[in-house]
Amino acid sequence: MHIVVFVKQVPGTDNVKMDPETGVMIRSGKDVVINPLDENALTEAIKIKNSRSDVRVTAISMGPPAAERALKEAIAMGADAGILVSGREFAGSDTIATGKALAAAVKKAGDVDLIICGERATDGETGQTAVMVANYLDIPGQTYVSSLEVKDTSVVIKRTVERGFELVEIPFPVLVSVNKDINEIGMPTLKGKLKAKTVPVSAYDASGLGISSTEVGLNGSPTRVVKVFSPKLSRDTILKRADGTNQPVEELMSFLISKECI
Amino acid sequence: MSTYVNASVQKEHDLSQYKGVCVLGEQKDGQLLPVTFELIARGRSLANDLGCQLSCILLGDEIQEIEQVFHRGADRILFIKSPALQNFLPRSYQNAIVKLIQEEKPEIIIAAATTTGRTVMPLVAAKLNAGLTADCTSLTIDPDTKLLLQTRPAIGGNIMATIKTPQHRPQMATVRPRSSKPLPLDCSRTGELVVKDYEPATFLTPERFLEFIKDTTQTVSIEDAEIIVSGGKGMKNAEGFKMVEQLAELLGAGVGATRDAVEFGWTTYPHQIGLSGKTVAPKLYIALGLSGKIAHLAGMQTSEVIIAVNKDPEAQIFKVADFAIVGDVFEVVPMMIEAIKQHKANAKPELCALSS
Repeated sequence: MHIVVFVKQVPGTDNVKMDPETGVMIRSGKDVVINPLDENALTEAIKIKNSRSDVRVTAISMGPPAAERALKEAIAMGADAGILVSGREFAGSDTIATGKALAAAVKKAGDVDLIICGERATDGETGQTAVMVANYLDIPGQTYVSSLEVKDTSVVIKRTVERGFELVEIPFPVLVSVNKDINEIGMPTLKGKLKAKTVPVSAYDASGLGISSTEVGLNGSPTRVVKVFSPKLSRDTILKRADGTNQPVEELMSFLISKECI
Repeated sequence: MSTYVNASVQKEHDLSQYKGVCVLGEQKDGQLLPVTFELIARGRSLANDLGCQLSCILLGDEIQEIEQVFHRGADRILFIKSPALQNFLPRSYQNAIVKLIQEEKPEIIIAAATTTGRTVMPLVAAKLNAGLTADCTSLTIDPDTKLLLQTRPAIGGNIMATIKTPQHRPQMATVRPRSSKPLPLDCSRTGELVVKDYEPATFLTPERFLEFIKDTTQTVSIEDAEIIVSGGKGMKNAEGFKMVEQLAELLGAGVGATRDAVEFGWTTYPHQIGLSGKTVAPKLYIALGLSGKIAHLAGMQTSEVIIAVNKDPEAQIFKVADFAIVGDVFEVVPMMIEAIKQHKANAKPELCALSS
């Protein structure tokens, strides 16, 4: 059984810079971490690997050359191999272009039974890329998965939705994106760290993946960022002091009614 | 040559064929969900700016009181009807919506940023090679280009980005639930109901829906809540924190908490809001006895209306509050509870008169 996990390197802090001209995030190699939900995805893959004897796990990352470190960390946590998708032509890819590139990388990884992704990345927060990959691979994709049970030829997932949970069974191959309720994130092992030192990571650019450069990067992205701005955080606060009377609360009620909040 | 299934690059001269605005309504067990009417309100304003029709797409088997869609402002209902669509299965919904878009060619399609919308819209966009913007808070029409301007928060709400899709159609976006209000009910409005009766093969999928398990815990899920009442260290102890829960219950609100309140064991981790917990954006966020550390603000600062009660006049939470009361929560909150009870006793629901 072959499981693929996508790991994205994201800024470790909220201090993210954007190019004001193109609206593209400027990713520097400093202060980066693996997207936390991708660690949940990886942990789940390793859990399945440890429960059976026939599982190998490949981690795939798209990013600058420095994203190789995320793949080494994934191997240290228990993955068997890493594939890096990297090249200048990928810069500015939106979710459509990223989905195409990752789908091509999955094809490089060989036959896959199960793809596990984090529900969304902390930098872009779109939650779109995973199921787009499912579309490009022409396999079912499911989201918001809070538990999964691997059977012989299928997986039974529990999705956390607005008013409860859905149980769905899907035959392999299938892609799922998971939320943080699925598990407690695992840690690198000593054995894994040693393995990470010796296992080489394969790297591909667009031509290595067999995709035209017109399909990726800004060229392959239908969406364009027009402008980036900082939201106005501070608000025009109406400030009242509690004085033992009902007055401040009555004014608060009038305010809530005027804002149609209650 | 493309390596992808159904990826097609659209030519510029094809763009003019796309006309009209569509919203993707939602139903559960045949009941229209309120988010449908929020989407119609947004779609209506876009359709008015473009001078075109507004259609509401619905998928399901039987849908009760479907005419409400007209009463709330849509011109057309495009109802894809099949027993196979009773429950949400991504592939069935994807195939059905793609087929409908290829027939109807809308220039804009908007869905809710719900678990359904955020799953099916990326599938549809990828299949059609259309642009998609997630979780928008604002949608407007550019008066010069007539393009849809889609604004969304990113990086925990620290940055807003405005995005457009110049060369691909439809222009697609999901919008945050509860980020707009339904239009007032107009029971005299009617429209055109189109039932799309697609052959069953359209909905074929290897996925099998087993069951829906209703969340029976009495708490409202905070990501789904229209109102959140949140408490911090200032609630003093587990007993004090119960006041947060009491106010929440009264408002039908979700209960939120700071990291401190969770670590003291006053409530559980699923209620934690902030960088190490959940990010929420309800219509109303009531912050009680919490100072507003940056990590907490990151999880709630995009809420539409923020109310804060704290006895420290320097508390950071006041910077992001629309209405703040400086005072002791144990004095102010009981008054709030009383005032809301009064208000609820006087409220009346909005209904259409039954036709005789």
